[in-house]
Amino acid sequence: MKRRSFLKASVASSTLVAAASMGLLAPISVFAADWPEAAITANTVDDALNAAFGTSEMTDSDAITIQAPLQAENGAVVPVKITTTLPAEAIAVLAEKNPAPMVSLVQLGSAAGGVYSVRIKMGTTSPVHCVVQSGGKLYKATQEIKVTVGGCGG
Amino acid sequence: MATKMKIKAGKSGGHDVLVLAKHPMETGLRKDAKTGEKVPEHFITTMKFSLNGEEFAQAHLGPGVSANPLVTTNLTSAKSGDTVSVSWVDNKGESDSAEATVS
Repeated sequence: MKRRSFLKASVASSTLVAAASMGLLAPISVFAADWPEAAITANTVDDALNAAFGTSEMTDSDAITIQAPLQAENGAVVPVKITTTLPAEAIAVLAEKNPAPMVSLVQLGSAAGGVYSVRIKMGTTSPVHCVVQSGGKLYKATQEIKVTVGGCGG
Repeated sequence: MATKMKIKAGKSGGHDVLVLAKHPMETGLRKDAKTGEKVPEHFITTMKFSLNGEEFAQAHLGPGVSANPLVTTNLTSAKSGDTVSVSWVDNKGESDSAEATVS
């Protein structure tokens, strides 16, 4: 047990070192370069939003359009496209009932338009929240997607 | 690990940047059918999009993104001849990149 935890710890620290050195070598970026591990591995929607944006308060918005199937036959590949007319700083896609709801988070610069699409895995029928950060506030649109065959684990 | 990129006119204006990366995107939850052991997680963590060398979007992915991720972002004011590039890195430190020119 001790050996196992030691190995785990050493693996974790070596990846940290690798990440740090990559950060140093990468060109200066306007975005926070780190992968938001706390947000993406969080187990609830609120925890994920708090980790990513520091708040989970959201306003429903008509300015966000979700293009996704109402029913997905295969939960392993569910296409989700988000279009927003808000000046978006970041867009997050969360499948509420996934083991880790935050599937993807994109940070957008000034040259980027308010469009993001990604194909996600869904374990079961669940509401999918698309959260847009604009002017420091969070706006969301939600669509329920029915899944007949799950795509998480097996 | 092949990565493809396509640029086309966006439906809501600007140019859509489509990236298709070949990647297993293992969640770490799936079990191997033969051995019954869990397949270790292996997924793309970050994709960086640049226009003429200047970053305009950074997409963080988790294991919940489907295998062979197809990710689309949009550029509001790209001009013909501009160079768009994407590079990604995964949780094992593997990486790949692709480049395309706006037509």
